Amino acid sequence: MIPGEFTYHRPSSVAEAVAILVSHGDEARPLSGGHSLIPMMKLRMAAPEHLVDLGGIADLKGISEDGGAITIRAMTTQHELIESDLLSEKLPIIRETSLLIADPQIRYLGTLGGNVANGDPGNDMPALMQCLDASYVLTGPDGNREVAARDFYEAAYFTALAPEEILTAVKIPTPPAGHGWAYEKLKRKVGDYATAAAAVMLSMTGGTVTSCSVALTNVADTPLYAAEAGDILNGSTLDETTVGKAVAAAEAITDPASDGRGPAEYRTKMAGIMMQRALARAAERASA
Amino acid sequence: MSDIEQIPVTLTVNGKKVQRFVEPRTLLIHFLREELNVTGPHIGCETSHCGACTVEMNGMSVKSCTVFAVQANGAEMTTIEGMANPDGTLSALQEGFRQMHGLQCGFCTPGMITRAHTLLKENPNPSEEEIRMGIAGNLCRCTGYQNIVKAIQYAAEQLNQPETQEAAE
Ligand SMILES: Cc1cc2nc3c(=O)[nH]c(=O)nc-3n(C[C@H](O)[C@H](O)[C@H](O)COP(=O)(O)OP(=O)(O)OC[C@H]3O[C@@H](n4cnc5c(N)ncnc54)[C@H](O)[C@@H]3O)c2cc1C
Ligand code: FES
Ligand code: FES
Repeated sequence: MIPGEFTYHRPSSVAEAVAILVSHGDEARPLSGGHSLIPMMKLRMAAPEHLVDLGGIADLKGISEDGGAITIRAMTTQHELIESDLLSEKLPIIRETSLLIADPQIRYLGTLGGNVANGDPGNDMPALMQCLDASYVLTGPDGNREVAARDFYEAAYFTALAPEEILTAVKIPTPPAGHGWAYEKLKRKVGDYATAAAAVMLSMTGGTVTSCSVALTNVADTPLYAAEAGDILNGSTLDETTVGKAVAAAEAITDPASDGRGPAEYRTKMAGIMMQRALARAAERASA
Repeated sequence: MSDIEQIPVTLTVNGKKVQRFVEPRTLLIHFLREELNVTGPHIGCETSHCGACTVEMNGMSVKSCTVFAVQANGAEMTTIEGMANPDGTLSALQEGFRQMHGLQCGFCTPGMITRAHTLLKENPNPSEEEIRMGIAGNLCRCTGYQNIVKAIQYAAEQLNQPETQEAAE
């Protein structure tokens, strides 16, 4: 399992990396942690002629908070997300989700930027980013633009990212203190991609939901933001009937493949169950 | 030979500095085993799943079958070959695997010990669950993991005893 030949580039700035991408068009690919790309290259399912290693760009590291938003730079690894005190305090759902991704070795190298830019519906971060209403900062030859995670994914491996652009940061509105949160993932074993998974964020006052968002992983060829489900739950007391309706609305937008993780109908049902469990846990964690 | 430019890579492997020119597509595991004759890290699955190829790179446990050697340029690397105490005696982890029967065929062992080494540096006093989650990226087809967990607990106990700490200083 030896990848095809490529020319290796190791730029030290984003501008330099973008310039390399511009001069090689879609023959060039950025390399971050490599834990999606290198396996694909070993299988010769990807054979870029130029690899642009982002590992030498110091600017692409770090987590900070400013003006009501948390910015996570693209090369921040999943391990660093788990270790971050800022995230544990303000956005604990990121730690919970990161711990359910792959295994320790992979998390030391796999990055948030690579995970969300990859476009594999099996990746866990994209649905979480949709749930959190994150936006992605894309840097190209003409500067920066921001695309909402909810608008970024078009089909499996097709995203709004242009070949000459680099995803440089993820911006997440800081959720209110006391919010409830949960990421529930059904997998066959540690290190497996989800059979189905659900992210839930909510706030409650006096037992009533004042805001709620739900997103699903690996039950369609893109991550799914379940807008209608969130709307149904908003204003409710999470009574059984309303939860049932919201779960049905979320199940209705799924379109999973039948594969080694189970038949499509099963995966749709599991998405509903994951959502129900995530809702219950999020409600428990929310300060009423 | 291809016309792709070879790249100089400098690494410190188990305290020894080495430099070679490599083709960019050379995987770190092949570089270690074939160029440097460091054959402790094994190739089990070649698909990033089994952890037999685990090495420590700049303090991180990584699967060397999923890293290009060029990405590791400048790195400090520790493999199973660098695990023993400086005087050649077995480290607490190695001794633990021996005392607790933490191996049968031994194929996963270099990766297991190297991973456990980094785990104990980050978390010197892990719970059983933390050990199990910590070695979740390493597969063993023989032992059923029970004795591997005991071996790591043995090492943690040894390393946390004040006498051994003094002796290590
Ligand atoms: C055994 C195994 C199990 C796994 N299990 C899971 C799992 O359960 N859940 C999960 O979410 N992931 C899982 N992964 C994937 C892992 O989390 C990857 O690390 C992650 O998907 C990609 O991040 P990376 O930094 O490694 O990206 P890379 O592999 O370097 O890149 C992935 C793709 O994104 C592009 N890219 C990377 N960075 C950028 C950027 N900044 N801007 C633009 N394009 C970019 C690359 O060109 C490439 O096409 C698993 C991987 C393995 C090997
Ligand atoms: S050989 Fe690298 S993980 Fe199996
Ligand atoms: S001892 Fe045989 S694979 Fe672990």
